[in-house]
Amino acid sequence: MASMRDIKRRKESIQSTGQITKAMKLVSTVKLQKAKGRAENAKPYFNHMYEAVTSMLAKSGSISHPYLKPGTSKQKAVIVITSNRGLAGGYNSNIIKLVTDGSGILKEDAVIYALGRKGRDALQRRGYKIKADYSEVMNEPLYADAARLGAQVLEAFAKNEVGEIYLAYTIFKNTVTQIPKLVKLLPVDPTMGQQEKEQESKHTVDDLTLMNYEPEAEEALDVIIPKYMNSIIYGALMEAVASENGARMQAMDSATSNAEEMIADLSLSYNRARQGAITQELTEIVAGASAIN
Amino acid sequence: MADESKSFRLEVISPDRIFFEDMVDMVELRTTEGDIGILKGHIPLTAIVAPGIMKIKMAGGEKEAALHDGFIEILKDKVTVMAESCEWPEEIDINRANEAKIRAERRLKGADGEINESRAELSLRRALTRLELSSKYGK
Repeated sequence: MASMRDIKRRKESIQSTGQITKAMKLVSTVKLQKAKGRAENAKPYFNHMYEAVTSMLAKSGSISHPYLKPGTSKQKAVIVITSNRGLAGGYNSNIIKLVTDGSGILKEDAVIYALGRKGRDALQRRGYKIKADYSEVMNEPLYADAARLGAQVLEAFAKNEVGEIYLAYTIFKNTVTQIPKLVKLLPVDPTMGQQEKEQESKHTVDDLTLMNYEPEAEEALDVIIPKYMNSIIYGALMEAVASENGARMQAMDSATSNAEEMIADLSLSYNRARQGAITQELTEIVAGASAIN
Repeated sequence: MADESKSFRLEVISPDRIFFEDMVDMVELRTTEGDIGILKGHIPLTAIVAPGIMKIKMAGGEKEAALHDGFIEILKDKVTVMAESCEWPEEIDINRANEAKIRAERRLKGADGEINESRAELSLRRALTRLELSSKYGK
């Protein structure tokens, strides 16, 4: 059995770790509330954008537009959204795993646009090409940041440096469930509208056939698709921030309860050791007394 | 409500909030092809928004807002404006708009390359819209 002093020291150290994790949990709970609110505010814009673009594409299925076709370049841009700070459970490693194993994108073909230091470092270690790093925006993502990033990847696409654009982020389903996901931003899948059609009661066929474009549909797509991309990136940023805090809250919660469990175990063995010492002392006294008699 | 039959539903949505959502009688705004006014029963139309002042006429009076970027989708009984940035007159920061105006004008004078020029022009137009609207509301 370990000595009383050792057990006590161990217990104290776990106690202070537990205090830290508890404080971190509280902090991320507050941040989660804020991020959740922002993510919810961003939803209507994103949903409308999605509806508008799908209905446009459903109508104009025959349009040939550069944004609807993959570029000839084999390189693929991947926007990877992770966090700047660790201690968020599997949040960052899930995204990294998704990019490295689950995406089917070869390491040689991937061009990484990193948002979040953790993802950038991990991918860099694995030998991925990091084209740009926007990690600083993860602290407080703004729409302008999403637009800036969107413009940069679009430029690369237009110059044919990359043939396809992907986005890897974590969907915030609820406080306990976050799902890492990879979505293709460009080329926009023209069939995407058709799959959704059944759900879309708002856009009747009537509306679609009558829709006029000013300027022409091709030109309108020129403007609207970048906006659509920006809105996806912005929505993803909002969700990712909420997910990060959700994941951290959960991780810290289980760390705190683990610490409590360990402290309970250690208290037990500490008390046992103390009792053992007392018993031993008593036995020695009694033995000593009886030896004198 | 004035005349039910004349009003239609208008939604103005920006990335971080629902900017405006109500029944209105008429909305006027600037598109890349020119200014348009929309009444109930407009043909379905999708147009690109250019920086300008959006005027909303509704039963309770008239409202104006600076609308900078985005597009508009007109459906049978609903009009949706997807605004990348949009603000009410009281939200405009005059000093910032003034600064942006000066900066954009300077950049236009010494412009190098077309991309910068068009960007500066856009930001100049945005700044002018802001200033126009806020001076109108006597700030």
